[in-house]
Amino acid sequence: MTILTDPPKESFRLSMLIYDTRYRSLTFQAITAAVLALCIWYLGNNLIQNLRAAGLNIAFDFLGDPSGYDINQRLVEYDSQSTHARAALVGLLNTVLVAFLACVTATVFGVIAGVLRLSNNWLVSKLMAAYVEIFRNIPVLIWIIIIFTIMTAVLPGPRAFRGDDPASSMLFGSFAFTNRGIYTPMPWFESGFFASASLNWLVVLAGLVVSWIVSRRITAWATAKQEATGVRPKTMLPVLAVWLVPFLVLMLVMGLTWEIPALKGFNFQGGIKIGGPLIALWFALSIYTGAFIAENVRAGIQAISKGQTEAAAALGLRPRRVMNLVVLPQALRVIIPPLISQYLNITKNSSLAIAVGYADITATLGGITLNQTGRAIESVLLLMLFYLTASLLISFGMNLYNASVKLKER
Amino acid sequence: MSDQTSTSVAFVAKDTIPPSPPPGRETGIVKWLRENLFSNIPNSILTIVSLYVIFIVLKNTMPWIVNGVWTTSSLSQCREVLNGETGACFSVLTERWNQLLYGFKYPVDQYWRPNLALLLMIVAAAPVLFFDLPRKLLLFTAVYPFLAYWLIWGGSVYVPLIALLGFVAATVVFQTFGKGSFAIGFFGAIVAAFVVWMVGGALIPETASENALLSPVPSRDLGGFMLNLMLGATCVSLSLPIGIVLALGRQSDMPLIKWVCVIFIEFVRGVPLITLLFVASVMLSYFFPPESSVDLFLRVVIMITMFASAYIAEVIRGGLAALPKGQYEAADSIGLAYPQAMRLIILPQALKISIPGIVNVAVGLFKDTTLVSVISMFDLVGMIRGPILASTEWNGVYWELLGFAALLFFIVCYGISQYSQWLERRLATDHR
Amino acid sequence: MSDLNYDRQIDRSKMQIGSEVAIEISEMNKWYGTFHVLRDINLTVNSGERIVICGPSGSGKSTLIRCINRLEEHQAGRIVVDGTELTNDLKNIDKIRSEVGMCFQHFNLFPHLTILENCTLAPIWVRKTPKKEAIETAMHYLEKVKIPDQANKYPGQLSGGQQQRVAIARSLCMKPRIMLFDEPTSALDPEMIKEVLDTMIELAEEGMTMICVTHEMGFARQVANRVIFMDEGQIVEQNEPEEFFNNPKSERTKLFLSQILGH
Ligand SMILES: Nc1ncnc2c1ncn2[C@@H]1O[C@H](COP(=O)(O)OP(=O)(O)OP(=O)(O)O)[C@@H](O)[C@H]1O
Ligand SMILES: [Mg+2]
Repeated sequence: MTILTDPPKESFRLSMLIYDTRYRSLTFQAITAAVLALCIWYLGNNLIQNLRAAGLNIAFDFLGDPSGYDINQRLVEYDSQSTHARAALVGLLNTVLVAFLACVTATVFGVIAGVLRLSNNWLVSKLMAAYVEIFRNIPVLIWIIIIFTIMTAVLPGPRAFRGDDPASSMLFGSFAFTNRGIYTPMPWFESGFFASASLNWLVVLAGLVVSWIVSRRITAWATAKQEATGVRPKTMLPVLAVWLVPFLVLMLVMGLTWEIPALKGFNFQGGIKIGGPLIALWFALSIYTGAFIAENVRAGIQAISKGQTEAAAALGLRPRRVMNLVVLPQALRVIIPPLISQYLNITKNSSLAIAVGYADITATLGGITLNQTGRAIESVLLLMLFYLTASLLISFGMNLYNASVKLKER
Repeated sequence: MSDQTSTSVAFVAKDTIPPSPPPGRETGIVKWLRENLFSNIPNSILTIVSLYVIFIVLKNTMPWIVNGVWTTSSLSQCREVLNGETGACFSVLTERWNQLLYGFKYPVDQYWRPNLALLLMIVAAAPVLFFDLPRKLLLFTAVYPFLAYWLIWGGSVYVPLIALLGFVAATVVFQTFGKGSFAIGFFGAIVAAFVVWMVGGALIPETASENALLSPVPSRDLGGFMLNLMLGATCVSLSLPIGIVLALGRQSDMPLIKWVCVIFIEFVRGVPLITLLFVASVMLSYFFPPESSVDLFLRVVIMITMFASAYIAEVIRGGLAALPKGQYEAADSIGLAYPQAMRLIILPQALKISIPGIVNVAVGLFKDTTLVSVISMFDLVGMIRGPILASTEWNGVYWELLGFAALLFFIVCYGISQYSQWLERRLATDHR
Repeated sequence: MSDLNYDRQIDRSKMQIGSEVAIEISEMNKWYGTFHVLRDINLTVNSGERIVICGPSGSGKSTLIRCINRLEEHQAGRIVVDGTELTNDLKNIDKIRSEVGMCFQHFNLFPHLTILENCTLAPIWVRKTPKKEAIETAMHYLEKVKIPDQANKYPGQLSGGQQQRVAIARSLCMKPRIMLFDEPTSALDPEMIKEVLDTMIELAEEGMTMICVTHEMGFARQVANRVIFMDEGQIVEQNEPEEFFNNPKSERTKLFLSQILGH
């Protein structure tokens, strides 16, 4: 029945490698692979020769050697006898610490500035525009240095707090802003349930978790009630009580006291010390990134068309409800993805810690350890591996979020 | 129409009502103030708080700026002049302006060279930034990099000339053979360029750089704001073509090419620039042939270019994705081969959409050039933190210097971002 | 402009015009900045009336009906809806908005909520209806606009005509006494226009008070009891549909009609 004859059996010709769609892509990939292999071979060969000439090898056992340097700002036990690996861990935790703190405050700054920028108050919106433009258009490194300079050159030394008529005095008698850092009171428990302070804090944390669960229950109850009767009971006071009462009771029972920092000798003792470099980095990253977040927030809210608010208003919803039920749920979908990439930027920019001597992972592993051991390749590789992992984790979280809120379209 | 009411609804306006001005209370400055600053109580509070903030900022900075001292040669002298009053010592700027702008080693009598290069850069960038200018100007843009290299580094004029000739040869070969087969044209161009460079390199006389017209300046003598501008401009322009290739590669349906591009882009975007600069300063030399010595400037340019090209690739990928699918199909349907379709149809449109994004990457990158101060290069920030603040004369004048640096960066970055916004508005109307 | 002719017979039994006044607008003026958009508008709408407003683009039609539920503020004159005067008093605004439903040219459904949630949102949060009841009402109206089976989809998954019918159902769920339509069919393809107009006709047949900005002249002829022509912010002419179309009085109306019915 067929009128088609079998296709002529072509014999393979060389030109088919380029002109035949079947082979073309294979040809190109083969060329790419060859070029790639050549490059890798060339670079690798250079590397081996250079290393041999310098009498070096690539090995990671230096991580087990004692580091021999001190780190002021640390979250875990560490001294100069600890290993380089431990120093890297201290740095890693410090990176996580400053990145986390900066993400929280940058979000706060950004949301406030972004919302105020849309305010119908002309002066406020212009002021916020100025904030955004000024901070976005000046390198973050300069901001870090400026704030660090304020910390070290403008704030008084501990000495200024001494004497009968001191040049400086503590804020509320308990906060000392000095050029070595900020000293704040430290809470501790006189009659805690456990001897160890961290266990006591765990108790407090557990209390807060319980409060959270109960407050969720109250909200769920209110929703159920609203669904049944139409009227939503007022939950603000009960929720507030659920959060506050157990917390206050716990504090009272465990005997919360504040250890106020006090000047002893040349320096302040007691309380919590937040080092100048940490504050400089934290604050600079927050205001710098806050300016970017403000723009994202503004764009997100503006992306919700006026029609949405009008339709909600025409249905009789009050402005606050319009915000909560219609604008915010939509705006958040627009805002959160760029927000997460700002978090990524904060994490990466926290590596500028090295400029002010904050001991993050770049400063420990990529700075002192690298210089002391001369293990450049290994240190830099490990450093990159860390940031790469962090970035991938954050982007993974973002993809999950995006998939979960994607608007359904035809 | 049985259901009408008995009264007739018919109505015709007898005359047209002319427009009249709005009621009196709705105009003028009072209305503006009431609507924009004091429309309700929270708003009034916000206004008052803002006014207070502005007042505090002005109160603290104005006397300092107005009382500024411009003509002393050290901080202690400046303090004497001020005699205890608040005031800035701007004299550090008047005394050290050359270091801030050019670094502390660039020969003073040669400052005209970078100045001229900067001026010409504006001319070269103009046709790229403003589409309305005649396309012929792009020829100068193409020549500019070689000219700028010669102006700034000086030395033998043959080096940039032969580099330029190599590119010219490549272009000529591509134009001649590229029409028939893209592959032949492409590889022919590469071969032609290399031939010209090899032959030309061999022909340069040994003594060329000694009796050169412009005295040679080594890279390590470059510094100050000039270094930031150079790094920014060089790396952005180099990263553009690489970014385009990476973006196209990432869209490719050949798995190997696609994954090479994806891994490169995601890797570079996943690590901070500082780690890449570490690579440049301590690691990259291991990958060059043993006897070669590639100077730090070049190594930094390589790494920053890699960094920028990954970001630009992502912007361009966005531009490619924003093109309607019909454009790709139309290009296919009129029988264009892939390179032609890209060059003639897809890329011109995609690049146009991507320009605002590219400009944003450029601004970010320009700000990031300050990071080179961390690996002890003396850019503007490096100069301030290093030689100037460490000098005995000016130890302690932070605000004037940091403020100056901030101002310079602000002017450039704000200018560029305003341009980008202008462009975005223009593109938005173009596409309707 | 398509001039649809309906084969179906329109049931006029319930289309009775009551004697009580639903909307009274007198000497109303509005400015955008210094631009005088609405000039001396006088309009009385009795309950059960079906009014079509037409006029050239930019003549202030949208602005006029948006003033009725305070999406725009007027600066002079009075607007009284169902005995409640529109002032700056939030209580009055709330009351009027929950009695006046509105349909927009671009539907303005909430894309993050399902069709059902779109319809129950306002009854739950404004009318304080129990959820179950709100869902029942919503399903009732969704059946009426003939899309009960789409209730759990999202607006983005529906066709334009379906979206506009949902928008109508969403307004109806608030049990409004007056419906405002601002060019409800002008963003739709011809075959979808018919389904939306059918829905609107059914509403009219049940005696709903309607003010409708539209250029669907077929609809105006068959459903409206009054057609209003606006130009430059002014009501230029109004009349019963037959008279209005067959025998326009003013020059501007003639010009407009010749353009729109044309050829
Ligand atoms: N928010 C606003 N600010 C300033 N002017 C406005 C605003 N909204 C509308 N206008 C102007 O008011 C006039 C009337 O607008 P309106 O939308 O009421 O016209 P329309 O009759 O509905 O036109 P169309 O048929 O195109 O919808 C137009 O000239 C418009 O430019
Ligand atoms: Mg309109």
